[in-house]
Amino acid sequence: MTDKPLTTAVPPLRAHSPEVSAARARRWGSFFYAEQVLRVMRNYGWSVILYSVGQPVAYLFAMGVGLASLVDANSEAAFGGVSYLEFVAPALLVSAAVMTASGEFSYPIMDGFKWRRVFYGPHASPLIPQQIASGHIMASSLRFLLQSVVYFAVVAMFGASPSPWGWVSAVVATVAALSFGLPLMAYAASIKQDKGQFALVQRFIVMPLFLFSGTFFPLDSLPMAVRWIGWISPVWHGTELGRVFTYGMDQNPLLTITHVVFLLATATVGWVLVRRQFVKRMGS
Amino acid sequence: MSVGTTSLLRVHNEATRSPTPSPTPSESLQSSLDMNRPSVISARNLTKAYGDLTAVDNISFDVPAGESFGLLGPNGAGKSTTMKMIGGVSQRTSGSLTIMGLDPESHGPEVRAHLGVVPQQDNLDEELKVRENLIVYGRYFGLPLSYLKPKADELLEFAQLTDKANSKVDALSGGMKRRLTIARSLINEPRILLLDEPTTGLDPQARHILWDRLFRLKESGVTLILTTHYMDEAEQLCDRLIVVDKGRIMAEGSPATLIREHSSREVLELRFGSERNASIGVELQGIGERLETLPDRVLIYAHDGEAALEQVTARGLHPMTSLVRRSSLEDVFLRLTGRSLVD
Repeated sequence: MTDKPLTTAVPPLRAHSPEVSAARARRWGSFFYAEQVLRVMRNYGWSVILYSVGQPVAYLFAMGVGLASLVDANSEAAFGGVSYLEFVAPALLVSAAVMTASGEFSYPIMDGFKWRRVFYGPHASPLIPQQIASGHIMASSLRFLLQSVVYFAVVAMFGASPSPWGWVSAVVATVAALSFGLPLMAYAASIKQDKGQFALVQRFIVMPLFLFSGTFFPLDSLPMAVRWIGWISPVWHGTELGRVFTYGMDQNPLLTITHVVFLLATATVGWVLVRRQFVKRMGS
Repeated sequence: MSVGTTSLLRVHNEATRSPTPSPTPSESLQSSLDMNRPSVISARNLTKAYGDLTAVDNISFDVPAGESFGLLGPNGAGKSTTMKMIGGVSQRTSGSLTIMGLDPESHGPEVRAHLGVVPQQDNLDEELKVRENLIVYGRYFGLPLSYLKPKADELLEFAQLTDKANSKVDALSGGMKRRLTIARSLINEPRILLLDEPTTGLDPQARHILWDRLFRLKESGVTLILTTHYMDEAEQLCDRLIVVDKGRIMAEGSPATLIREHSSREVLELRFGSERNASIGVELQGIGERLETLPDRVLIYAHDGEAALEQVTARGLHPMTSLVRRSSLEDVFLRLTGRSLVD
C-alpha cells in the first residue's frame, strides 16, 4: 500500500500559444462566435420556447378549427383538394420562420455595430469580420430550425401534414428565413443611424409579404397587379415548397426547382453581401 | 510663503528635480537595455488618411519587449487610429508596421492572438454575466473550458470582481466595467496589451485602482501600449512616450526627459482675472526663463518658482491666486504645440 500525498501540486494555468489560437480561430472562428450568440439566446430561452410552441398552437387553432370550418364548408376544391388547415399550415410555418428572421437580423445587428457594439469585442480577438457575421448567421439558423421543427411537430399533431416527407418543410422554412433574412442583415449592417428603418421594413415589407404570398389563399386568386409580390417573396416560394412536402401538392417539377433555386440564390447573395458589409464596416 | 493663496504642489518624480539636461545613470542603463531588447512593435512612416483628412501622418517608432509605451495627445491626434492599425482592425494608407515581426494586415488573426485589447469604449456583452464574459471571450482564442473556467476566476480576483462573478454586466459601475474589460483582455495571457484611453470617464479612486492593476502587469513583463490625454497617467505608467498632435510625432522620450528637454524645473501659475491676464505679460517680462499667457492664467517657467513669485510681488503685482508646481507633460505639450492637452 502506498501513502497518498497530502497535497497535490496544481500546475500553473497556461494558455496555449498565440500560434495555436490563431490556427484554431482561422478554422473554427465562426463556431466560436456562434457559441456566443447561443449563450446570449439561452438568456431568453424560455420566451423562444413559448413563442415556438404558443404561436403555432394559436394560429393553427384559429385557422384550422375556426376559419377552416367556414372555408371547408364552402369550397375545399379551391385549395387543391385538401382541407384549409392542410393548405394553410405550411404557409404559417414558413411565415413564422421569416418573421423570426426579420427580428434576428435587424435590431441585433444594429446593436452589434452601434448601440452596444458587441461585434467589436470579438473583432479585437483573432476572429475576422466574416466569421463574426457567419457565427451570427449559424446561431440564428439553428434557432430558425429548432423553432420550425417544433412548429412542424404541432402541425403534425393537428393532423395537417399527411405526407411522410412533411418534416422537410421545417428545413424549407429555415432556408426561406435565410432567403429573406440575409439581405435584411446586409442592409442592417449598412445602417449608421436608426431612423425607424426597421419599423418600416416590418410594416411595408414583412407584412405585405405575409399577406400576399399565397399564405391564406392561392396566389392565383389575386389580381395580376399584385401577384408579383408573391413571385419575389421568399414566403411564397417557401410556402409552395412546403406544401409539396407536407401534403404532396401537385406542382410542375420545373416550378419546384425554381422555388429551390430562388431561395438558395437569395440566401447566397444575402450571405455574400453580409460578409462584404461586415468587412467594410469593421475593417476601414 | 508670502502670499496667502499660494499652494505648493510637488510632483514626486525624482528625475524632474534634476536641473541638468544630461540623462541620469539609470536612464542611460535603461536605453542600453532597450537597444538589446527586440522590438515587438515597429512602425515606419505609418500613415492613415480618410479622404482628405490625414489622421496619422508618417510616424515611426519602435517598442521593445516589456516596455510601457505611451501615445500622449489631445482628442483627434491620431492615437486611437494608430492603435487600430496595431490591432490589425484598420488598414494603413502607407508605411510599414510589424507586430512580433508580422504584418497585421496580412496576418490579422496571428497578430491579434498575441494581443490583449482594451478599447476606448467598453464593448462587454451586457446580456451575459461577468464571469461568462471572460469565458466567451477566451473561446474566441480557441481556449478550452478546462483552462478558461479557473482562469476566469483568477482574473476576476485580479480585477477585484470576484463577488460580482455572477452579476449581469449592466449592474457594474463604470470603473468595474473598465476593470472587467482589462480582465477580459488578459484571458489569452497576452505579452502585449493595448490600452486605448483606459481611464477616461472614471473617478479618481477608480483610476488609481486601475493604475495599480496596470502597474502590476508592467512588473510582470507585459508590454503596455497606452494612449491617453491625461498627463498624470502618462507620467505614472509610461517608460517612454511619443507626444502626438494632428497625426504627427512632436517629441519622443521618457516623461522625465521630455520635461527636462522642453520645460523648466518649476512652473509658477498666476491668475490676475480674465481681463488682466493678457495685458499683464509686459509687466512680467524678465521673470523666469519663459512666459506663457493663457486666457485663464499666466505661466512663468522658472527653475525656482518661489523665487519667481517673490520677483512678481516685488514689482508690485498681486495675483488673485498663485501656484508653484513641478513642470509636467502638460507644459511639454503646451510648449510643443502652443495648445493645452485637454481643451
